[in-house]
Amino acid sequence: MADKNEKDLDRDLVGDGIHSIQKVIQPHKAYSRPVIKYILIGVSVLFLAVMLGIPLIVVAVNALSDGWAAYKEAVLDEYTVKALLLTLLATVSAVAVNTVFGVFAAYLLSKFYFKGRQILATLIDIPFSISPVIAGLVFILTFGNIGWMGDFLKAHDIKIVFAVPGVILATIFVTFPFVFRELFPVLNAQGKDEEEAAALMGAGGFTIFRRITFPHIRWALLYGVILCTARAMGEFGAVSVISGHLRGKTNTLPLHVEILYNEFNTTAAFAVSSILVILAVLILIARNIVEWKRK
Amino acid sequence: MYVEMRHITKTFDGFQASRDVSFGIEKGFLAALLGPSGSGKTTILRMIAGLDRPDEGDILIDGTRVNDLPGSKRGIGFVFQNYALFRYMTVADNIAFGLEVQKKSKSEIKSRVDELLELIAMKDLGKRYPHQLSGGQRQRVAFARALAPDPQLLLLDEPFAAIDAKVRRELRTWLREMIERVGVTSIFVTHDQEEAMEVADLVILTNQGRIEQIGSPREICLQPQTDFVRDFIDAKRFEALMDIV
Repeated sequence: MADKNEKDLDRDLVGDGIHSIQKVIQPHKAYSRPVIKYILIGVSVLFLAVMLGIPLIVVAVNALSDGWAAYKEAVLDEYTVKALLLTLLATVSAVAVNTVFGVFAAYLLSKFYFKGRQILATLIDIPFSISPVIAGLVFILTFGNIGWMGDFLKAHDIKIVFAVPGVILATIFVTFPFVFRELFPVLNAQGKDEEEAAALMGAGGFTIFRRITFPHIRWALLYGVILCTARAMGEFGAVSVISGHLRGKTNTLPLHVEILYNEFNTTAAFAVSSILVILAVLILIARNIVEWKRK
Repeated sequence: MYVEMRHITKTFDGFQASRDVSFGIEKGFLAALLGPSGSGKTTILRMIAGLDRPDEGDILIDGTRVNDLPGSKRGIGFVFQNYALFRYMTVADNIAFGLEVQKKSKSEIKSRVDELLELIAMKDLGKRYPHQLSGGQRQRVAFARALAPDPQLLLLDEPFAAIDAKVRRELRTWLREMIERVGVTSIFVTHDQEEAMEVADLVILTNQGRIEQIGSPREICLQPQTDFVRDFIDAKRFEALMDIV
């Protein structure tokens, strides 16, 4: 903190998440009365234990309640593996598309001024405020048989609803603001001067991006990608509506968990859940490494 | 005239930043664009650099109309107000950037960078990053970076604004000497009349997008041509200076 330079402080003012958190961690002395501190710690720990700790233990205990053999069987089950592969496919697609889109959009909105700039920024945030179930329904009404594009898609033999493309589309929709949201404040705080300076020296657009802009957004981009990955893997609502729950075809892991649970196959449901939990923990670790590097 | 502005007008979203601006600067001169904030001086500098386009009028550099030429082809160096150093590159890489873009040979780049580091007396600091430098050092790097491709015209936007008052005077003298030594025609923007009077050969006084007066510091002080100039310039302050000049 002591050796923070001006630029970091600028970023704090802009509300760059990580740097603002650091500020909160170091409160003024007058506010750090020990009693208040311990009460707050107690409340936080209790809350986390009830909301997070106990449920995680329940997942682990239930998953292993019928022993290792049953756990392995549930995890290596044909449909589970297919669901895992589809989840990974949807996640990778969403991350790839949204990274490209997020970089373009953040660059556009932070470096150029035009009418409707604010409206565009707001539109990008829509998936944050809209219920994923509604997003799924919207896609059915657009691409389904009775939908606006239904006839066109049928004529060209393209299947989106109740098929893998629909699952991917829904995942992309739900996760598209993440990369943009991470990059935008960072690019905005950077200003245009460095890019203008490079352009005046004769650097082309790609050179400017590669040598000036990219080093600046590197960690924010990775952070956005990680958040996007986490959200994409856990997506349930929109995918649930559009997938049609076709086992081995359009089922993602979260959907597969629901199906197993509804069939009273509790052990298997929790075993499959544990895959998602493990993936989440891996992402959490990656996230913390990036956060630490970014400082 | 090396740089010439002919009847330039420029409007930003209904705000008229330049109204029929015309002036010329001869080769080898150090000119100051002086005026209160919002008087349109930075806009003039940015238009000469090609960062903004005039709505009307012609910009000439060395006799050629450059309105449609990108900034990178105008033979200029630009020092930004906050220097705009590339923060993820070392001092040496900052200075080398313009030469690399021009695809100069490695040995040529290295010798030019060394030469410039010596010029700004930062020979041992080439491997530092901008955030490890003081304000004055940053300004010197920005200056060296702008000079690296050997521009015929150097443009500086409020070069001393980001520096604390104590070192400002010192840097002013330094910059003046450097520009003289390199012999490059230069234009700098400032809102500080003392700065303009002490450093420049020619002062261009702007107000509300118009040029109020052009002349040597002495002329501006002794023969103000408009009421604005008389009010704006605190002539008494410069009496001593005028005697020396």
